[in-house]
Order: sequence, then structure tokens, then C-alpha cells
Amino acid sequence: MHAIELDRVTRVYQKYSARHRFQTFKSALVKGDLFRSLRPDELVVALDKVSLHVEKGMTFGVIGENGSGKSTLLKIISGIAKPTSGRIKVNGKISALIELGAGFHPEISGRENVFINGIMLGLSKKEISQKFDEIIRFAELEQFIDAPVKTYSSGMYMRLGFSIAINVNPEVLLIDEVLAVGDAAFVPKCLDRIDDFRRRKKTILFVSHDLTTVSKICDRVAWMKGGKIQMLGEPKRVVDAYLQDVVFKQEEDFQERKDQIPAAVTESSPPPGPEPAVEDEKREQRWGKREIEIRKVTLRTARGEEKHVFHPEEGMVIEMDVAALDPLKDFVFGIGIFNSQGISCYGTNTDLDDLEPVSISGEGKVTCRIERLGLINGTYYLDLAVHKRDGYPYDYHRNLYSFLVSSTLRDVGVVRLSHSWTFTPQIKFKRPGKLDKG
Amino acid sequence: MVRLIKNLKELYRFRVLIQNLVSRELKARYRGTVLGFLWSFFNPLLLMSVYTIVFGFILKPRDPAFDGSPWFYALFLFCGILPWVWFSSSSIESANTLMINGNLIKKILFPAEILPIVTLTSNFIHFSFGLPILLLFLFVFGKTLTLYALLLPVVILVQYVFSLGFGFLISALTVHFRDIKDILGNLLTFWFFTTPIVYSLNSPPIEEHPAIKAILILNPMTHIMEGYHDCLFYGRALHWSSLGIVLLISLLLFYIGYAVFDRLRDSFPEEV
Repeated sequence: MHAIELDRVTRVYQKYSARHRFQTFKSALVKGDLFRSLRPDELVVALDKVSLHVEKGMTFGVIGENGSGKSTLLKIISGIAKPTSGRIKVNGKISALIELGAGFHPEISGRENVFINGIMLGLSKKEISQKFDEIIRFAELEQFIDAPVKTYSSGMYMRLGFSIAINVNPEVLLIDEVLAVGDAAFVPKCLDRIDDFRRRKKTILFVSHDLTTVSKICDRVAWMKGGKIQMLGEPKRVVDAYLQDVVFKQEEDFQERKDQIPAAVTESSPPPGPEPAVEDEKREQRWGKREIEIRKVTLRTARGEEKHVFHPEEGMVIEMDVAALDPLKDFVFGIGIFNSQGISCYGTNTDLDDLEPVSISGEGKVTCRIERLGLINGTYYLDLAVHKRDGYPYDYHRNLYSFLVSSTLRDVGVVRLSHSWTFTPQIKFKRPGKLDKG
Repeated sequence: MVRLIKNLKELYRFRVLIQNLVSRELKARYRGTVLGFLWSFFNPLLLMSVYTIVFGFILKPRDPAFDGSPWFYALFLFCGILPWVWFSSSSIESANTLMINGNLIKKILFPAEILPIVTLTSNFIHFSFGLPILLLFLFVFGKTLTLYALLLPVVILVQYVFSLGFGFLISALTVHFRDIKDILGNLLTFWFFTTPIVYSLNSPPIEEHPAIKAILILNPMTHIMEGYHDCLFYGRALHWSSLGIVLLISLLLFYIGYAVFDRLRDSFPEEV
């Protein structure tokens, strides 16, 4: 039995041109095209022949970039928007958490709003009276329930909205990114409630950007892209594929930025002053007389492909093309990794690693191989330098290169230490992945 | 037509919601004011006072219907202004109601036609607050109420249907043509003066100009106003035939208004 059935549903939005915006009643009357003028000039396809079947009792996740059609899909299923073509069928009472407290009137009390909002969502007056205390308790608004809603904080507003909507007790629950605004204490409470729904075999359609929650609570996930379902299936696989796509995009962005770097550097690069301390405040900088020059820097994976977005458990290879004007005997190559707060996460150089320089001449390649990156998610900046052992810089690149660490891991701190958990048999945990369905 | 009836049935299911939204409207409107719902009465009273002073005392009514008494004239005005305020304020609010409640249309599965109904009905409640006071005034100034006053609900019903059709039409069109708000303000002023409210339909200057009289007769609001005057001021039988025709026109307007509303309905979530 399917709770939600969509058959080749298309939704076209009307994008009016500037000319139409200024079209007025008068001119429509004058031209005699009152109804014709309501026809749009340009169309935006928000959903493109989407067919989807959601089984009863399933928690179904929808992920995708902004503007990929997720919200339109939800609005169509909830009935707020009508499909331009195609067929849609929903079995059972539906409640949509699209915007919490959407119908609240600011001037009247929370109590009155609970009643009106509840009725709007399809409850009878009697049902609301029965559930009233429960609603208020869940929203933690016992003391404020008789105050006008305009005096509520946005958190209170949201809690009340969620509490009413979840108490509608629908067969099908649609959730659109509404948990994003809750505080640390309220969100787990909401998730508990959603879990409760799952246990009672209700159907949930969950739209979110929080991929961790999606892969944790959903049975199946659809990834939407450009108004179509790009992929549909087991949460982990779909989320991974989506992340791959996102990483691919980020990679392109980095590539673009990297292409811009050399130009920016040569402009700010002729600083003759060899005093790094003075320049220290500048975020991106390059200095040194370039007796030895770092000509090109490439970041690669352990396997050798060029990349700017890494997984924490991945290795990284920093490759520097260097060239010495004259043969030299005193030189040190160094790297430093800084996170976006400017904290040094790691730094080393050939001198610290007890490598004694012997000679350099002409062009060459320096490769620093990091077997396991071990950083948490975030953007990182690289310092790369070649200098004398006493610190005199030949060529110093500060923060000129950046890379991104991206994954579904959620650990915090500065670095990701290798770790594992073990427990004696008295202590039991469920392994991540599937939640228990009991 | 079948669809209309089906939708109306659907609407009946939402009567509790309409009821609650109306009471919310009423509570919210005068929240924070000292006089509260008494404003429903003071507003037409103040308007009536201005007209009484200008037309009753300064210009002096020559119309034999008022026996030369400014007080009778004031009562006559009150009988007309009260329902007119109901009509004009619900029309103006209808023009805005879909935009003001855009949140509901966009975020909740919500039958939009409830909104013009709520607007009209909450204004009707204000109107009915004023009614007892009107009756009191009639009594105080020596107009005897006749049994014909019991026909008042018939007139109110006709006005309700007429205003609702009008409300559907303009609320739906204003979503696409925001100019209507401005047009409407002017239209209502013009309409006010082409309806026998500050003068009686049978006053001598109008009888002398058949063209003007014809315009007044063609105005449906004229007959609705005459209905109020007949029941309350003159204390005589309703003009059934003309009121019946107006009822038919009202039903037609309701049908057209609802059809336009229904046709444009799907565009509301994007346009409001």
C-alpha cells in the first residue's frame, strides 16, 4: 500500500518579465486582454515529470541543493500547490510542517492561536481541548500561553508551531527543514517525536540539508537535482552520491580560485623587505628574494589525482615545483597547515625532520606525502616556504593555497585523532546505520 | 455549477474555522484600544454626526420625507450609513485580505475563499453591533417601529450575497492587479453618492431629472438601501419586485465572482 503516489508530476512556475510586473488593470482593460495577460512570459520548471511512490510506514528523505525542487515537491504533496500536469494521490490524513506557526496572529494569545491553528490543520475543537495541555507542555510555554503571540521569541513561536502540528496526528507527515531553527534542547525532543511516529508506522517525508539526520532516520532517500529525481534508494548510498556531486562542485570552485591566485600574487609579490614579522598580519602574502623559487604547487590524493576537497581519512600529497637560480647549500623546505580560525594545525620542515641539505641546482620537485590527513571538516590554508636554516626566506608563500576537508563525520576539535571504541559486554551500543524499527 | 455547489459544501465543513477566524478578527481589531468594540458603533455615529451637521443643519433638508426636521434626517442617514459602512469596509478589506493572509495560502493547505467570507462576516458583526443602537435612536427620536422591521434580515441577506460576490471578484483580481485597491477607493466614493444614503430616492430634485433617477435605479445598492429605509425609517412594506431582481443580480455576481476566484485560485500561492 502506498501512502504517497506521484505519477509524472510536473510543476511549472511562472516567471513574469519586468514588463508584465508593471502591467496594470487599466492597460489590461484597454488592450482587452485581461485573462490573456495573466499568462506568463517565461516558465521555470520546478518539477519535471517526477514519479514517486512512498510506501506506508516509511520514512522517506529528500535531499538536494537549494532550488532543486524539494520544497515544491512537498507543497504539491501537501496540496498547497497544484501540479501543472501529472497525477498525485495521498492516502490518509496529511500534516505539513512547512513553516511552523504560519497561521499565527500576533495580536491574540497563544491559547487562542493554538485553537485556530489546530482547526486550520484539521483538528476539531474537541480534539484540541483534549490535547491542549499536551501541546503546551511539549512547547514548554505553560507560563506564556495567555500572552499575545507577538511577545514570543522566535524559539517560542517555533516550539508552539511544531507542537500543534505534531499533535494533529496525521497518517502522513511532511517536514520541510523546520528543525533547523530549534535550539539544542528542543531539536532532540522533536526528533524523538518523529521517531515515535516511525514506530507507530506512520509515513514521513523528510526534506533536509542535514545529511547526518537524513541517513540516520530515513529508510529511503531521494536526491533531487534540477527538478528531477537524480537518484533514489538506500540512504547511505544516495547521501554519498550527493556528497560526491557537492564535492565535485566545490572542486570546480577551488579550481577557479586557484587559477586566479598567480595573478593576485604577482601584484602583491614584489615586497623587497625580507622581514616576515612585519608582513605577518597579512593573510595572503608572498615574500623572499627567490634565490630558490616555488613555481607551482599541486595538491594530490595519495593515488596522485589532483584534488582540493579531501576526506579526513584520506592521504594528501603536496607537490612543489622549485627552481634555484644558483647552486646553494643551505636550504629548508617547510609546510604549515592552518584552519580558518588561523590556528596552526600542523607544521614541519626538512630541518625539523633532520634532513641535512647538501645541494640544489636548477629545477626540481619537492613532494611532501601525508599518509592520513586526520583533520576535521573545514577549510584549511597552506603555508609553503623555502628558506635558510637561520630563517632567511628564499620564497615564502603564506596562505596562498587552500583546501577543504568534507565528510559526514561530526567530530570536533582541531585534528581528527585515530581512535576506536571498545566495551566490556555489560555495556551495549547499537552500531550506527539502521535504527531499530521495533 | 456542479463544481460551485461541491465547493460550497466543502466550505460548510470549514464553518468552525470561519467562526474562529471571525472571532479572531474581532478580537484582534480592537485589541489595545480603550473603547474596544464600541468603535463599531462610534465610527458610523461620528460619520453620521458630520453629515447631520452639514446636510441637516447647514444645508437644511428640503425633502418632505424628513418633515424639515434635522433629527429625522439624522435617523435616515444612520439607517443608510450603517449598512454602507459594512459594504464599503468589507470591500476594501477584501481587496487586501489575500495578500495580508498570504502566509496561510502559501504555507498551509487552506481554502482561500474562506478569507473574503471572514472579512465580510466580521464586518457584518460590527454592523450588527450598531443595529441595536440604531433601533434605540429611532425610538428616542420618535419614529415608531412597525412590524416591517422584522423584514430586516431579508435585506441583510441580499446585501450579504451581493457583497460576497463583489468581495470574491475584487479579492481575486487584486492579487494580479494591485491598482484595484486605489480604483476601489474612488469607486466607493462615487458609489456612495449614487446610492440614496444622504438623500432620499424620492426627493424632488431627483424626480425632476429622469436621467439621474434612471442611474440610481440601475444601481443595485439603491434597492438594498431602500430596503433598509423601508423597514426601519418609513416602516412600510419592502419593494419585493425590485429587491427580488437585486437578489438575482446578486446571485449572478456571486456566481461570476466565485468563478473568477476559482479560476485564479492556483496562482494565489505564487502571487500574493
